[in-house]
Amino acid sequence: MAHIDFGEGIPGIRGPMIFSPDTAKPLNDLAQVLLTGSNTLTLAEREMIATYVSSQNDCLFCQNCHGSIAAQHLGGSDADYELISQIKQNYADTPVSDKMKALLGIAGKVQQGGKYVTTDDIARAREQGATDKEIHDTVLIAAAFCMYNRYVDGLATWQPSDPEVYREIGKMSAKLGYVGRDYSKPLESLANLRDKAQR
Amino acid sequence: MAHIKLPEGLPGIVGPLTFSPETAKPLTDLAEVLLRGPNTLTSAEREMIAAYVSYRNECNFCQLSHSAAAAAHLEGNYALVDCVKSDPESAQVSDKMKALLNIAGKVQKGGKQVTSEDVERARAIGATDKEIHDTVLIAAAFCMYNRYVDGLATTQPLEREAYYEMGQRMAHEGYGRHRQSKPQEVA
Repeated sequence: MAHIDFGEGIPGIRGPMIFSPDTAKPLNDLAQVLLTGSNTLTLAEREMIATYVSSQNDCLFCQNCHGSIAAQHLGGSDADYELISQIKQNYADTPVSDKMKALLGIAGKVQQGGKYVTTDDIARAREQGATDKEIHDTVLIAAAFCMYNRYVDGLATWQPSDPEVYREIGKMSAKLGYVGRDYSKPLESLANLRDKAQR
Repeated sequence: MAHIKLPEGLPGIVGPLTFSPETAKPLTDLAEVLLRGPNTLTSAEREMIAAYVSYRNECNFCQLSHSAAAAAHLEGNYALVDCVKSDPESAQVSDKMKALLNIAGKVQKGGKQVTSEDVERARAIGATDKEIHDTVLIAAAFCMYNRYVDGLATTQPLEREAYYEMGQRMAHEGYGRHRQSKPQEVA
């Protein structure tokens, strides 16, 4: 059970965001600019960084939502979902660019703590062509997910395990972004699961 | 030297906030509502939670600046702020604050470290849902700010004196001022 009663059937960060709209606004504004703003990193690449950090923090809800959003940005095929799963396990062995591998390396250091990022980590990213803005954004995306993950887990929010739920969230969020969403609207996939359980 | 080319002479988070105004807006909006918005926790209490988490994350800029902001709300009582950071259970703060600081310390380690016993302890001495929510989010947010400041290897003065004036402005004028002021006025 969540540490605060957010009502039934509201998954992950949606509960605390409905509970506290004043803080939800800047939290969503930040996700919107970091993950959907104009950038030389693609939408999928930025969602991969978010997913990887959330996976390192062991936050089920965030890694599955952002993993699904990343996969949707890539086209949404089973192979896309498989790639995201491989990035979480061992990104070095995936076909992502060398620049992305260097940025994921930096993100992994930030997840452990800001001081873990070394000048060698930065030099490696620069050698692969990473710009100051790309390095800045990688550090901030990683740092921000150390916040979102702690927010979601620190309140013990309800986090469904069914992949269909995350597929629906991935499709919607890849299309609609993070601002102006109505998180109190029930998810279809959850209603379907309930129907199935009742039958 | 910072890991990326930041505007010169700006300490800690002010460099990256100036480098990236699009992200600075929500970052400072969040600090403003969490630390200065209407709340049953005083601003001093919320700044102490921020300073405590930043201290545990060993982020010099954040822990010294938010200690200065907390002290500015407390008529300069640095002794209390220092005690909260190093040994909150022995500090002269309410039992409710001790329970909330305990939750913040758990969040600093990781969200899953917060137990229902931690939350029960806070509730038993009168903490509300909003106070528990805000404590978790302040602690989580400082796990972000601290990583942002240290992950870019920003310049961070180590003397408390360097933060007196900054703390006064954070406490009494609020967050997001760098957007209105010229860089040299911020430094």
